[in-house]
Amino acid sequence: MNESAPGGLSRLTVHESIDRLRRREISARELTDAVIEEIDRREPTIQAYLTIRRDEARREADAIDRKRMAGEDLPPLAGIPIALKDNMCTRGVRTTCGSRMLDNFIPPYDATVAARLRGQGAILLGKTNLDEFAMGSSTEFSAFYPTANPWDPSLVPGGSSGGSAAAVAADEALVALGSDTGGSIRLPASFCGVVGLKPTYGRVSRYGLVAFGSSLDQIGPLAKDVTDAAILLGAIAGFDPNDSTTLPWPVPDYAAGLGADVKNIRVGVPREYFVEGMDPLVKQAIETSVQQIASLGAVVDDLSLPYTRYALPAYYVVAPAEASSNLARYDGVKYGYRARGSDYWEMLESTREEAFGPEVKRRIIVGTYTLSSGYYEAYYLQAQKVRTLIKQDFDRAFETFDVLAVPTAPTVAFPLGARIEDPMAMYLTDVCTVTVNAAGLPGLVVPCALVRGLPVGIQLLGAPGSEETLLRLGYAFEKSGDWKARQLS
Amino acid sequence: MKISLAEVDHIATLARLALTDAEREQFRDQLGQIIGYVEMMNQLDTSHVPPSAQVIALANVVRPDRARPGFPVDVALANAPERVEDFFAVPPVLEDE
Repeated sequence: MNESAPGGLSRLTVHESIDRLRRREISARELTDAVIEEIDRREPTIQAYLTIRRDEARREADAIDRKRMAGEDLPPLAGIPIALKDNMCTRGVRTTCGSRMLDNFIPPYDATVAARLRGQGAILLGKTNLDEFAMGSSTEFSAFYPTANPWDPSLVPGGSSGGSAAAVAADEALVALGSDTGGSIRLPASFCGVVGLKPTYGRVSRYGLVAFGSSLDQIGPLAKDVTDAAILLGAIAGFDPNDSTTLPWPVPDYAAGLGADVKNIRVGVPREYFVEGMDPLVKQAIETSVQQIASLGAVVDDLSLPYTRYALPAYYVVAPAEASSNLARYDGVKYGYRARGSDYWEMLESTREEAFGPEVKRRIIVGTYTLSSGYYEAYYLQAQKVRTLIKQDFDRAFETFDVLAVPTAPTVAFPLGARIEDPMAMYLTDVCTVTVNAAGLPGLVVPCALVRGLPVGIQLLGAPGSEETLLRLGYAFEKSGDWKARQLS
Repeated sequence: MKISLAEVDHIATLARLALTDAEREQFRDQLGQIIGYVEMMNQLDTSHVPPSAQVIALANVVRPDRARPGFPVDVALANAPERVEDFFAVPPVLEDE
């Protein structure tokens, strides 16, 4: 890496920075300044952040440097500048969820992930943009402004964690956290050319994550490489007494296992994910990457997951139903926006009408409809049964295979404005990602090729708790060649 | 699938949303489209399939029933749109006859 080139230290990965900080070749302040410089240079175009903590971040970096100079023992991520998606509560730092509803909300507590990263010495640069309440696939439904794709600012970064993905891709953060309810980490990872990991449901605490679809939501990293994703997962995973859905499983050293052999890992390729209307070059990019994985010694074979096509309709029943219920809490009473009203009921209805944006209202309407008397069994109950079938499909597949390799999305990043007026077109963007949330599985996206100059990520899926295997295979694939050199046009 | 304006109004009331006329028509059309699409699920015979509300192998997770410290009143009320003494304040819920 050429440190005198534009970007300088901001281009380092987390693991490179940890090494250099420990050897005292660089200071936390120098690293933080370099990233803030990059933020100042690129934010006018990219708009990845909703809140930036320039002064606080610099002060925290100085405090780390003083401790290091004094010879104190420092935690693993000491001095690493990170970003959090703005749906994770940060004590004393505005948390908007991309909504007018929470424009001025200052949480009185930290989400567990925020507390853990702070405890590990990470420096919070700021809070990143998202589709309002994480509902969307392009980050255009942010109530504040859209985020641009760093590869081409006329394109969307994907969503809903578009701000986190764009920040990492543009060197405006070393690493970031996103949340994934139906693909919101993995889709922007693919569109922005970064690594994205949606962990097993229950692997990472959701305490302090603003709730969207509670049986689907999961927090995970967006990173410059697989090693960084492994380090971050290790930092945030594990049981949390404040989230009763966290799994009581031990947390392995994910980064330590990365170099291990991938020979004889059994990789399945379910044909159903290569959907009708898919960009032929994206299809070619995934197929070429699967061959590359085979050349590493993995055993590759096709398989069928017959219920795959029913996952998207089931998802667009379950997620809005849970959302409509979760968002009932925004009533203008305890926190957030309040509209005027001559009585409580008028205040309540006007608050929700004025402060929720179009996609959030649409999901509340759909969710309320499918849960309402007379429709519950035809839609919500049926969707829950379809969820069982999808889970059983995967259970059978994982008797034969360790990993499934599939596309992340049928296309590369699309132009800003292209799908915002057409809800069904936007929903279909998620066709390759929602299955994992429905079944609670982990999914890792690793950049694999450039199609007409734009990044494409391959998605690796595994059984619950198989993050180590996914990361190991993802790492071997990443090391097998420069993905930017694989160009299709 | 056809949805009527009356159905949209009923749903909006349940969801406590005071929709504008433009939104009522827009959501009538879009709700129809979305429900028409998810209807695809009903091609499947699921009469013998149990529903999944969640997908992890945990059930009935409990913690000891012990009091834990909470937020002081000022912290809990710091984000309140309106505060009266140590309470959240709201406009009248019942008419004052």
